[in-house]
Amino acid sequence: MENFDFIEMKVPAKAEYVSVVRLSISGIATRLGFSYEAIEDLKVAISEAITNAVDHAYYDGDDGEVTIGFGVYDERLEVMVADHGGSFDLNEVKGGIGPYEGSESVENLREGGFGLFLIDALMDKVEIKNDYGVIVLMTKYLREAGVGLDDDQISTTQ
Amino acid sequence: MDLKIDITEGIGKSTVKLFGEIDAYTAPQLKEKLLPLTKIERNQVEVNLENVHYMDSTGLGVFISALKSTKENNSELRLVDLQDRVLRLFRITGLDEIITIDTAIRGGNN
Repeated sequence: MENFDFIEMKVPAKAEYVSVVRLSISGIATRLGFSYEAIEDLKVAISEAITNAVDHAYYDGDDGEVTIGFGVYDERLEVMVADHGGSFDLNEVKGGIGPYEGSESVENLREGGFGLFLIDALMDKVEIKNDYGVIVLMTKYLREAGVGLDDDQISTTQ
Repeated sequence: MDLKIDITEGIGKSTVKLFGEIDAYTAPQLKEKLLPLTKIERNQVEVNLENVHYMDSTGLGVFISALKSTKENNSELRLVDLQDRVLRLFRITGLDEIITIDTAIRGGNN
C-alpha cells in the first residue's frame, strides 16, 4: 500500500469560498514542490470543480457543502471534489465540453461550458463519478524540473 | 480575494481596469459592470487585465457574453495587457480566435 497523507476540507457550497480552497491548494502544492505553472493549473482546475458543485447546489436550491480531499503522494497530488447534492446528467455535461471551434457562431457560444474542459486540459488524469452526488477526482504528477509552460499538459497516465 | 473594477468613460470609449481575481464570486460583479458598457451603440470597450492574477472559466463566460452583446449593439470589445497565465486560458479554449486580445505589451504572438 502506497503511503500518502490525506487532507480533507469542507466548505459551504457558496461562490465566496472558492478562493479559500484555492489558497489551500496553493499551499499544499507548494509543499509538494510543484512549479509555479503547475500550481496555477491546479488552482484553476480545483476552482472549476468547486464552481460546478456550487452551481449544482444553487440550482437545486440547497445550501449544502462541498467536500474536498487532497491525497498527497511522493510524486503526485490527487484532489477529490465531492458535491453531495442531486446528481446531474453526465452525458449532457460531457456533450458540452470542448474548445471553441472556428465553425461555431459567436451567438451560439456557450457561456458556461469551459469548466470541465479546462479541468481536463490542466490536469493529468480526471475521473468523474456520478453515483451519489458528483465526485470529480483529479490527479497531477510532480514532474522533473524544466518542463516548460508550453509543454502539452494533457496526458492520461504516467 | 476581491475584484476591483475601475471604469473611465469617454466619448465613444470606455476603459475598464481590473484589479484582483475573477472567479465564481467576482465574475457576476464584473458582468454587471461590463455588459452595460457594451450596450452603448458603437462604444469601444477596452478591458485592462494587467492586474488580474487569477481567472477561470467564469471570467471566460463574462467575456463571451460581453462579446455577444457587442455584436448586437455594434460596439467593440478589446482585452489588453493580459498576464501570461490568463492569456493561456484564452488560448487553450480557442477563444483568442474570436475575442480581440492585444498582447503587444506582454510580447505575445498577436
